[in-house]
Amino acid sequence: MDLTINGTIHTVNLPDDMPLLWALRDGLNITSVKYGCGIAQCGACTVHIDGEAVRSCQVALGDVWGEIKTIEALGTPDALHAIQRAWIDHQVAQCGYCQSGQIMQAADLLSRNPEPSDDDIDAAMSGNLCRCGTYPRIRAAVHAAASAMREA
Amino acid sequence: MGRVKNIARRSFLIGSAAILGGVAFGAWFVTRPTPNPLLDDLAEGEAALTPFVKITADGITLIVPRADVGQGIASTQAMLIAEELDIDPATVTLDPGQPHQAYFNGTVAADGLSFPGWDEGFVAETVRDLMMNVARLSGSQFTGGSSSTADLHETLRRAGATARETLKAAAAARTGVPRADLRTEDGHVVLPDETRIPYTELAAEAAGIEPVTDVPLRPASEWTRLGKPYQRLDIVAKSTGTQSYGIDVTLPGMLYAAVRANPGRGGGMASYSPDAALAMQGVRSVVEVDEGLAVIADNTWFAFKAAEALQVDWLPPDYPASSDAMWQALTDAHADEFQNSRLRDDGDVEAALSGAKVIEAEYRSPFLAHAALEPLNATVLVEDDAVTIWTATQVPHVVRDAAAEVTGIDAANVILHALPAGGSFGRRLDHDFVVQAIQIAASMPGTPIKTTWSREEDMTHDFPRPLHMSRGRGAVADGRVLACDLDSISPSLIASWFGRVFIVPPGPDAMLVWGAFDQPYAIPNYRVTGYAAPPLMPIGSWRSPGACSNSFFHESFLSELIHAAGADPLEERLRLIDHADSRRVLEAVGEMSNWSGADIGPGRGRGIAFAYTHGVPVAEVIDVTLTERGIRIDEVWIAADCGTVFDPVNAEAQLTGAAVYGLGHAMNCELTYDNHTVQQTNFDAFEGMRLRQTPKFHTRLLGQAEKVRGLGEPATAPAAPALADAIFAATGQRLREMPFNRSVDFA
Repeated sequence: MDLTINGTIHTVNLPDDMPLLWALRDGLNITSVKYGCGIAQCGACTVHIDGEAVRSCQVALGDVWGEIKTIEALGTPDALHAIQRAWIDHQVAQCGYCQSGQIMQAADLLSRNPEPSDDDIDAAMSGNLCRCGTYPRIRAAVHAAASAMREA
Repeated sequence: MGRVKNIARRSFLIGSAAILGGVAFGAWFVTRPTPNPLLDDLAEGEAALTPFVKITADGITLIVPRADVGQGIASTQAMLIAEELDIDPATVTLDPGQPHQAYFNGTVAADGLSFPGWDEGFVAETVRDLMMNVARLSGSQFTGGSSSTADLHETLRRAGATARETLKAAAAARTGVPRADLRTEDGHVVLPDETRIPYTELAAEAAGIEPVTDVPLRPASEWTRLGKPYQRLDIVAKSTGTQSYGIDVTLPGMLYAAVRANPGRGGGMASYSPDAALAMQGVRSVVEVDEGLAVIADNTWFAFKAAEALQVDWLPPDYPASSDAMWQALTDAHADEFQNSRLRDDGDVEAALSGAKVIEAEYRSPFLAHAALEPLNATVLVEDDAVTIWTATQVPHVVRDAAAEVTGIDAANVILHALPAGGSFGRRLDHDFVVQAIQIAASMPGTPIKTTWSREEDMTHDFPRPLHMSRGRGAVADGRVLACDLDSISPSLIASWFGRVFIVPPGPDAMLVWGAFDQPYAIPNYRVTGYAAPPLMPIGSWRSPGACSNSFFHESFLSELIHAAGADPLEERLRLIDHADSRRVLEAVGEMSNWSGADIGPGRGRGIAFAYTHGVPVAEVIDVTLTERGIRIDEVWIAADCGTVFDPVNAEAQLTGAAVYGLGHAMNCELTYDNHTVQQTNFDAFEGMRLRQTPKFHTRLLGQAEKVRGLGEPATAPAAPALADAIFAATGQRLREMPFNRSVDFA
């Protein structure tokens, strides 16, 4: 089966019913996508399919309907995306385990809503669990990223 | 300490005898320097100027032995060294090192004693010193108890200063310029003529001279990094998906394993059949491990599915089957024969209560999982004469020794790659998951195997925060709190956890009453009694152990008494507090929140709580509003004093993060048991706080306390009682049992 991930086509030989999460992690060694719960309750595995944030633990490999993007497609340490820049400026991460998912969820929000209110952020981001409690800084970073992206 | 001094000494008499046994080794043995482990495998031209600084021609490595579980301590450790060493820590390598006596943690051992942190009397300080030496002799390298900064800040700065001056001595020997005329800057020794010699060039020469250890530390006024806002060294990696955790370890030829353990912890197996699992795609083998079975497979998902397919006839464990039965066991333990401690006994409680109108209340705190977002995992390679382990742990020395015990391989040939953790909250103070991973890897020598627990395994096989209950009796007179008698009942955490990773110290379990007996109030008639209930099941340290429950009991009951007295919750606490640092944080939180009482208008309420834990006084004020969808937490003010703040941006994050942790669990988390089995196995039933529920935070660190202390835990304990107090102010309803969503709805 062929998967288009971050612009590159990968061929995987894994069962159709395997969650995309595990195909990415164990099949393709894309470990930025995290396992946290396996039941769409934590958001650590969030990736984009055709530009939409999805929980990769809930997408069977056989059901992948478009191009997959992980946080690597957003930006890298040498070429940060505005959202990542904001995450760094606000020093959001503590353990950091949930943050790839948080950032991918925020990217989805900001692609649809360039100037989100606190309520918009609450609605979009509340499916992403952070056990360290970085939420106040996530809120601030989303606002800062939105502002930076509007000015860009 | 003025009036607050009547902490009972009986525990000291029991505790000190054993500790004195340790001292019999002799002062020379206790106080001699610990050896430098880095000297053992240095190559030609490399220098290990202290156990914390290694310099080679290729670069500088800082050893940062305390585990980073999200609290940012890797960066703080590096900054402490860098401040004296004059390097940019972002340009050097950080390495947690191998477990070693040189990295022992004395503070966490001293904090476990039956003295409140604010007791700086001769006896308390002497016994603390003795306990630190016990930790030093045993090489106990714990990360925990918010102790890392407190324990290491001076050691690490001294390591940086020693390395710097030794490098200068090497440069002096090379150039003939006196050491006093040399300075250092950004990884270079600078000569008077501005010639710059990189440290890396001096490594070989520095290795040949005696380290310069008689170096005064720079005063805070000269610091260029410490105390200033700086970014964590891992922040870019953690914002770009490039941070690698234990669960991300990938090795050539690696296989993957999952565990299926008895949901009744410790019950064992009557029989099992691996056949269904072995018939599944990608499954290599089924292995017996501690507490159950494991499946080795070609990827984690195959292993998870096959583990579910294992057919096992579990034997029941020896603890009560249901939560109701466990609560009954706790209730039954509120009896004289279970009394474990009476570490506070001021005035005459019985006399004060006799004839008075006695106010009584009972409080309950549930079992809780740690539920770090990264499920527990470890990758292990067992070879003929060596074991290599990749995992995140708060007890590296225990992991090393366990690997030696399980495999029979010498502990000196155990290599531990200690990795950053995706959270812990105390869970990685246990090493059960690593032992299983070693057992699994030992079944297939030569093949590295990554064992990952499913979320369901992680929740079901936690060492949870224990069930805890309290009964209070008190009286008020003339608008003041007159008497407070608090009984605290729980299984002994020290007996359970220390029994697994250390030794069970003699004497009472102070942790059972942490957050209650050690609060710096001078209530005229004041008593705290601990009752150690039967063990129930293995339990563990959960962020702010003991105090995470006791502070809820103690502060809630104090609030009830203050309310009965008709006094103001802040004013009466200030009147009762007899400890300058604690008074200041209460005054600060009052000022920050413009405190003018609990009544902040219709449909709203304001609560307050104070806790002194881990040597840090913290006061929190919380405002709530009743909405159509339930109670909304609007704002939280936190004032704390941990002494000198080295890492201000991270310190603020620890305050708010700890408060979110305390609030979220108080709102909606508990583990309940049926048929010996945890009923909440994933985040759908154990949710914690979500972003939409997160209040606005205002924090202040006073920086006036004399001792440097840590912040990973202290803001946790007062969060729950402050919230309960705010809900009372808004609704008139006293919440005496956590989680609060048993009684009220949250928006």
